[in-house]
Amino acid sequence: MTAEPRPTGAGPAALQPTAPGPSAPAPAPAQAPLADTAARLTGLVRALRGHGLRIGPAETVDAAAVLDVLGFADRERMRAGLAAALLRSETQRTVFDATFDLFFPLGVGTPEAVRADPLPVPDDPEPPRFGRPDPLRDDLRDRLAAALAADDRAAQARLAGEVVEAFGRYGAGSTPGSDGWSAHQALGRLAPETLLARILAALRTAGSATDLSDLVLADEVRRRIRDFRALVTGEARRRVAELRGAERIAERAVAPTVDRIDFLYAGRDQLTELRRTVHPLARKLATRLAARRRRAARGHIDLRRTLRRSLGTGGVPLRPVHRLRRPARPELVLLCDVSGSVAGFADFTMLLVQAMSEQFSKVRVFAFVNRTAEVTDLLGTGDDPARLAARILTEAKVTGHHGNSDYGSALGDFAGHHLDAVGPRTCVLVLGDARTNHRDPNLDALRRIAARARRVFWLNPEEPSRWPTGDSAAHAYADVVEMHSCRNARRLGELIGRLLPV
Amino acid sequence: MGSDGTSNGTNGTGFFTSVTDTAEQLATTGYLASTAVATTVFLADQLGKPLLVEGPAGVGKTELAKAVAAIGRARLVRLQCYEGIDEAHALYEWNHAKQLLRITAGREEGWEEARGDIFGEEFLLTRPLLTAIRGEEPTVLLIDEMDKADVEVEALLLEVLSDFQVTVPELGTITASRRPFVLLTSNATRDLSEALRRRCLFLHLDYPEAELERRIVRLKVPGLDETLAESLVRVVGALRAMDLRKAPSVAETIDWARTLLALGADTLDEAAVRGTLGVILKHQDDIRKASRKLTLA
Repeated sequence: MTAEPRPTGAGPAALQPTAPGPSAPAPAPAQAPLADTAARLTGLVRALRGHGLRIGPAETVDAAAVLDVLGFADRERMRAGLAAALLRSETQRTVFDATFDLFFPLGVGTPEAVRADPLPVPDDPEPPRFGRPDPLRDDLRDRLAAALAADDRAAQARLAGEVVEAFGRYGAGSTPGSDGWSAHQALGRLAPETLLARILAALRTAGSATDLSDLVLADEVRRRIRDFRALVTGEARRRVAELRGAERIAERAVAPTVDRIDFLYAGRDQLTELRRTVHPLARKLATRLAARRRRAARGHIDLRRTLRRSLGTGGVPLRPVHRLRRPARPELVLLCDVSGSVAGFADFTMLLVQAMSEQFSKVRVFAFVNRTAEVTDLLGTGDDPARLAARILTEAKVTGHHGNSDYGSALGDFAGHHLDAVGPRTCVLVLGDARTNHRDPNLDALRRIAARARRVFWLNPEEPSRWPTGDSAAHAYADVVEMHSCRNARRLGELIGRLLPV
Repeated sequence: MGSDGTSNGTNGTGFFTSVTDTAEQLATTGYLASTAVATTVFLADQLGKPLLVEGPAGVGKTELAKAVAAIGRARLVRLQCYEGIDEAHALYEWNHAKQLLRITAGREEGWEEARGDIFGEEFLLTRPLLTAIRGEEPTVLLIDEMDKADVEVEALLLEVLSDFQVTVPELGTITASRRPFVLLTSNATRDLSEALRRRCLFLHLDYPEAELERRIVRLKVPGLDETLAESLVRVVGALRAMDLRKAPSVAETIDWARTLLALGADTLDEAAVRGTLGVILKHQDDIRKASRKLTLA
């Protein structure tokens, strides 16, 4: 492939450190080796690999060919092109976008638009106390409200730059390494959420007729505000990357792909995002189980009947007889700890199992904190999966006199009252961190359940190195039933696809 | 090649000259493309790599292949995948009946002549993949719903997708004289193998942004009132954000727009929505959930 001289001008300028703006910090030394495009591309690929994306040298070469064809004139096209060459699934997209922004930043230092028209930065860096007028903030809020109402992406991006410039700086003038840019601080000062009512009012007067779409308008504006927050976060990350080097920030500040988020440390937004993957994952697991079922259907030869039939052909087994598969699908019982510490894990697994319910002849779900109650019906009726955990805590009797989790009495409860749910075809999954708050683990109850069930597995959201610590009875339980560590959605999918009987 | 894009003829199919040109040409066939779509299609065209398009049903994956074929004035060869599809349906097959006839007709000749003869071009039934490879004219090969096919079929495709050649043991290797534009679609019901993905450019085609969807509705249903189109797209967007069993696709948005036009509705009021919700939502649960949202919110 022959390379023509690349168009110079607006494009490459964005990729090389330009003269710093009035208040921009001098480019850090870490910036220098990235100036070359090839180094920048391999840096991007390395950072993505660090986040678990499998990208081989062949893909890197493809990506270089993409840049060769597209040139550097349009950043969004570069983004789309590199994504096409490097990504293999949509779940990798958020990681890619954030990393791309770090390695191919929109500009360097203070955004161009801001530099051309510098903000009147107040002399005192102290955030104004409540009640004191803050014209800069009011001005930004006015313009943001207008941009959000008009859904003007370009103006929003420009505003994100201004907001970070004006409110995001911390530790300026102190020792290098302790200063930086914070999206949290900037958004706290700006408080874009409080603009909702204003934007709604503006939009409602603009459109004359009142129709049903107004009802969903608020949701849409909230979405726009959320997108703007993401813009500010990205912008702050870019500025920090200039101070500290893109590699380090890509490693630390870019959130992992959603299926590798640790259940125990997932935030609310991450759990929402995770919940969205339930149905695709359930579909995939269903296919995997169906494939295992197909394989299980052939293969086993019934030796006795084959020999019997071979008598007809003089003792030569010409027509082998295969053992017939039992036609019914397995039953599944889920026993989940829904106490605060592990609620995210239980929540996700319950939704996943419910989405896969066609794969089983029967699914029953029990929840506990220190008492056990059946919640199968609650799962089926819910509209909003986000409130599932709250509904279980309020509508089912999962707690007794206190609110701490107690595995011993919960297992005893289950073995005492609900043991009829478990039969010789049932697979039982126990979900929880086995932290009993130093109460009796009641191993005997678990033994009784295991004796009745076909298989019992315990899925523990903690990593094995933490099992022997504190009040965890994990090792005691692991002696009775098979225990697997299950820290993220990817691992859960693996375990469910592999462990469950078909 | 620079961004102005001169096709080099050996690798790519050369249907397009630049990203802008791609977007414009797609628009003339009635396919409004986002930046990501236009860029990726242009790259697939220039680099001569197969394009794997993944996304929910009804966002225009198959339409994209048709649009590209229309622009390139190319023949569209389509391989519809399904569970159980095999070599004989995808690649080629020997015409056994004809071979038998040939053998019976030439009873007198020796084994050597007969063998050399019955495995010739005349007895070869070409299936989509081989057809696309052997074509002399510009060709768009659409491998539809790849995820429905078994894993074994993917292995079959690897040779076609990386080297654009097919090996028939009796005839030797047939290499494409002119590379087809290859587009694979998948609904992601199962993960495609790494080996297959590695050979393709990847494009996730999601529901379009509100702005683009408005333009699509205006293009497909020109008679619809502008403000009504805007409300409609907004409601559909809100429905997609809800947790529904089957989120409405672009095709359903257009259907809804047509329905409202036919009913002569000029605003999206409660009566109009209640009567027509079945056009965009295909499950009773979803309809119940949506109507609650649209009246109580």
